[in-house]
Amino acid sequence: MRIRFGFVVLLALGAIFSTAPAQAKKLNVVTSTTDMAALTQEVGGDRVTVESIAKGYQDPHFVEAKPSFLLKLRQADLLVTVGLQLEIGWLPPLITQSGNPRIQVGANGYLDASQFAEILDIPTGPVTRAMGDVHPLGNPHYWLDPENGRRVAKGIAGKLGELDPADAGYFQEKFQDFDKRLTTAEQKWDADMKPYHGRKVVTYHNSLPNFAKHFGLNVIGYVEPRPGIPPTPSHTIELIGLMKRENCKIVMVEPYFDLKTPNSIAAQTGAQVVKYLPSVGGEKDVTDYFKLFDYDIALLTKAFQATR
Amino acid sequence: MKNLITWAGVAMLFTIPLVAQPSNTPSPQNPPDSSAMEQRIKDLEERIIALEGQVRMLKATPAAAPAQPAAVSGPTAAQAQVAVPPPAPTPAEAPPVAPGALPVYGGASASAKALNPDISVIGDFIGKAGGNSVQPTPSLEMHESEVGFQAIIDPYARGDFFISFGESGVNLEEGYITFTALPAGIVARVGKMRSVFGKVNMMHNHVLPWVDRPLVTNNLVGGEDGIDDAGVSISRIIPAPKGLFLEATGQVFRGDSGADDAVFHASRDSDVSAVAHLRSYADINESTNIDIGLSYARGHNELGTDFLTQLYGIDATLRWKPLRRSIYHSFVGRGEFIWSQRQQVPTEQRAFGFYTSADYQLGRRWFLGGRYDLSDRSRFANLTDKGGSLVLTYWPSEFSQIRGQYRHTSYADNISANELFMQVIFSLGAHGAHPF
Repeated sequence: MRIRFGFVVLLALGAIFSTAPAQAKKLNVVTSTTDMAALTQEVGGDRVTVESIAKGYQDPHFVEAKPSFLLKLRQADLLVTVGLQLEIGWLPPLITQSGNPRIQVGANGYLDASQFAEILDIPTGPVTRAMGDVHPLGNPHYWLDPENGRRVAKGIAGKLGELDPADAGYFQEKFQDFDKRLTTAEQKWDADMKPYHGRKVVTYHNSLPNFAKHFGLNVIGYVEPRPGIPPTPSHTIELIGLMKRENCKIVMVEPYFDLKTPNSIAAQTGAQVVKYLPSVGGEKDVTDYFKLFDYDIALLTKAFQATR
Repeated sequence: MKNLITWAGVAMLFTIPLVAQPSNTPSPQNPPDSSAMEQRIKDLEERIIALEGQVRMLKATPAAAPAQPAAVSGPTAAQAQVAVPPPAPTPAEAPPVAPGALPVYGGASASAKALNPDISVIGDFIGKAGGNSVQPTPSLEMHESEVGFQAIIDPYARGDFFISFGESGVNLEEGYITFTALPAGIVARVGKMRSVFGKVNMMHNHVLPWVDRPLVTNNLVGGEDGIDDAGVSISRIIPAPKGLFLEATGQVFRGDSGADDAVFHASRDSDVSAVAHLRSYADINESTNIDIGLSYARGHNELGTDFLTQLYGIDATLRWKPLRRSIYHSFVGRGEFIWSQRQQVPTEQRAFGFYTSADYQLGRRWFLGGRYDLSDRSRFANLTDKGGSLVLTYWPSEFSQIRGQYRHTSYADNISANELFMQVIFSLGAHGAHPF
């Protein structure tokens, strides 16, 4: 009698649960960040619907695991993540609670895009938290090198073809087209940045190693004393000294960080604060992967000219 | 004859560099050669990057490698060893395991450690000034050391263990398997777990925005441990109009978590308890959202099988966090309202209690909050306790918190208490997910 009550509760709940949701014909792709969404859109074309969990103007380390994201995830055929523990603070519980077997870690619909990219800053010695919020698998901001964009797009195209073999050829064609357009765009970006090869910059967070490597910038310091640790007065003074000695005139800041410290550093060193975008969608008109580099390179070249 | 061959050989040796040299030197006449070379280097670079990625994936994804340990100890490994008699001695590989023998744990190979669960330890230290004769707490206490082990078990499930150490004594706070790959979007959990009755009952000590738990939790829902029992939980997202998230959860427990102040006791094996929860959530806009839950719990109390305790709860949470400044400012307003209906002699007791709280993030590291408490006592519903708290929290980093809380409580029996708490929370090891 008593036990039966429990079963009644479970049965009643079971009755509420309907059968599996109807599947759309297009592949339903959810990505953790807008950059992965932009690359998926490039190779998926009109055969996929793509949605990103994080917004482009949001710090991808600190996204809230809102239940509304579960509604997107439970319908997804493919989940594309940046990986390297960038999303470790919020994505795992969303995946677990989604009740979607297709996108569980290790399942066919889970794609860690970092496997395709060249990864920098992989710690070689022991890693401790005294170094701040370091990523023990390497720097996860790898999408800011167009070469990595190409590699990731290729990987995603392959995965889409695996999930939807009928359209595999279409995805490869879309990738070839993307590859061509990216090569053309890269030539322009490289040419624009060439005069400033070797210029010294300071960044707020260590999110630019891949960008700096590709475009030949020299990152000499960070506004954060350690990754994820907010600026401290002593470190700021040190940084100002370093910038004066090294004649560094650029402070690059992500849009989600407070500008107070960067502005005061700039005021004392005669440097310019460049509010660059780390992700697609950081500004309203930066709607795809190409516009992201167009935007950042235009900002940077302008700042480099002004601080000659 | 022999001489001739030797000379011919020597002559050939000399001619090879002579012939090869012109084609090696890059000349302006044939640039495609150098660009072909460049292309080959580039291709090789691409292949190295792809290989590096594969190595990282092999190291990082435990789910991709479940076949590996099985193959080592299984009969296939034995067959393979017979088929290939001289196994090449590769020093990088794991030490060879005799067929049928247990694998040796604690080996130095990094690939074996990659399959270890994520381990974390969270320390919770509380210091107190001021007296309280109704709810006494020690002046200085290492309140809890919570050890967490979390891993993906196989492609169908994950496991989570939270073992909580007091200064003396150990308690399995939670230990469960979650089946993530069930049909029809069902998520099932089996093990010992904190039940979904309201919000505070689900939270571990270190994620509470306060040092203590609200009065209503202590008076009606079983105190710090709350409803934390062994059983089965099933939940599923329910189809709802666009933009609305609805999730139903049903749980059946043994009905006896063992603690002295537990709400439910099972005098017989059949005295199971049940908890049901309906959660609704909606985004008002991208920075503001509202979360409302209805909870029901039913079980038997310590008076025996014929005495039921039923709990009804409503919880509401309003959150605000501007995405562009998400690490600097946020606001959380919460409230939980709980009704308890407890059968006892001589008459059934109907008690009510609630708390409301607000927490505002002043800057990247500072949080200011307050809480108001009011609750009847479950056994004596005519006795009502009231209280209020003011809380200031400082986060040196994501991995530690320092909190001060002033609490005033007016207990029903005309006793009041003023206390000042100081709490330090620190986290070691794996970067656990932040609960929402």
